[in-house]
Amino acid sequence: MKTLWNRTFTWIDERVQLSDVMHFLEKKSVPVHSHSVWYYFGGVSLFLFIIQVVTGILLLLYYKGSEELAFESIQFIMAKVEFGWLIRSIHSWAANLFILSAFIHMFSVLFEKAYRKPRELTWLSGMILLFLGMGFGFSGYLLPWNEVSFFATKVGTDIAGVLPVVGEPLMVFLRGGEDVTGATLSRFFGFHVAVLPGIFTVVLGLHLLLVQRQGMSKPLSYERLPATDQKTMPFFPNFMLRDLLLWLLVLNLLAILAVFFPWELGVKADQFAPAPAGIKPEWYFMFMFQTLKYIPGELWFLEGEVVGILLFSLAGVVWMFIPFWDKKSSRGEENRFINYIGLFALIYIIILTTIGWLS
Amino acid sequence: MDTPTTLDQPQHSKRDFLKYLLGGGILAWLGAVFYPVFAYLKPPKQGDVEVTSVKAGKLSEIEKESGVIVRFGNKPVMMVRTAEGEVRAFSATCTHLDCTVQFRKDTGVIWCACHNGKYDLNGRVVGGPPPRPLDEYRVIIQADEVIISSRT
Repeated sequence: MKTLWNRTFTWIDERVQLSDVMHFLEKKSVPVHSHSVWYYFGGVSLFLFIIQVVTGILLLLYYKGSEELAFESIQFIMAKVEFGWLIRSIHSWAANLFILSAFIHMFSVLFEKAYRKPRELTWLSGMILLFLGMGFGFSGYLLPWNEVSFFATKVGTDIAGVLPVVGEPLMVFLRGGEDVTGATLSRFFGFHVAVLPGIFTVVLGLHLLLVQRQGMSKPLSYERLPATDQKTMPFFPNFMLRDLLLWLLVLNLLAILAVFFPWELGVKADQFAPAPAGIKPEWYFMFMFQTLKYIPGELWFLEGEVVGILLFSLAGVVWMFIPFWDKKSSRGEENRFINYIGLFALIYIIILTTIGWLS
Repeated sequence: MDTPTTLDQPQHSKRDFLKYLLGGGILAWLGAVFYPVFAYLKPPKQGDVEVTSVKAGKLSEIEKESGVIVRFGNKPVMMVRTAEGEVRAFSATCTHLDCTVQFRKDTGVIWCACHNGKYDLNGRVVGGPPPRPLDEYRVIIQADEVIISSRT
């Protein structure tokens, strides 16, 4: 056995110089300090993404992306296909946990200022991944073609439509016409299983490559310690085994959620039925949606919603480019202002999401 | 008018000419490649049969103080009958964010469940976020037949 393994290794090594990779892995280390726990959330997000790819491909084997068949095909998956209910439920739960984990990852990176030079591009690519993830969520939400998702998509795309100049064409592009119809379902299906995965994989590759090239970020307080006090742990196998253990725990959590709180399918969408009460976007859009409710219909000469969307877009851009304007952290100085912004955003999101959820 | 510039001029303009030719060529090429793609993304106008009026039922069968959604081509239309017996019709699409409204017997208003928008039986906004009243349709009663037609 041992010799077979060795021979295989040598065979590959002679051709593609595997020893370089081995050397890299041996050298790779992870800083150990009181905030080390936050290092795990990028990995957890990655794991959940892998789960999404696998369960998504499995669902694709039975799902039919058309107005007449979408709802029925998911009914079929849940009722007839062996373990179909489990795969679908895991896909829905993992989608939500992925966004949650990515949010935690983002906020921890923000508070640790891990985005500071030289990791600006890692932050930027991470933000793009989060936006793509939200795009996955929005497009995937419609695919069961049920009442709630139908009206949530109507509302969501209508909000995009109020933007000046680009709004109308953007809405028509998203909907595949003036209204949310089977054409919208076809488009969203295409975005969800082809366009977004393609772009996501490329950006994810870049994100991971940057992390490998630059190594793990060290908090400012850790960096100031004398070199002898900077404790580290080898990535392989110490950190990786911890990573894998956590992935296993997440998988267990997923299984518990999927089995004991199965994802409902609801009622099939009907264009000629009134909207049911309780139309809500997915929780990660809730804080924006709830904010729009508080903005008056008319502000100066603009529609309230336009102001809201423009403000959120502006905030998003400022947030996305934090590493480029926070020069203080890049110089290795404390920048409390960032902590305040981060704390404000975090509290704002939690409060508005809770209000939206309860109302 | 010194000699070096005049000597330089033709060479520069020749190079500029080539630069523009190449640049313009690349732009034209990009346009030729991407124009069809963008044009493809724009959904074509559907050749739907345009509906100008629909029969919505028998007047004698519509209860007073009621409201139902009627198919008007591919659009939902809210037909209401007031306590006085008058029949009116409005677009059933909420002017706020595109949800479909419903008639509430208990409060006697047209209600949108999405964000609690309320309209009276003239289609006017009486509560909630809608920015405009509901678009009205014309109702014609011929004998006992209720016909809804677009305003124009």
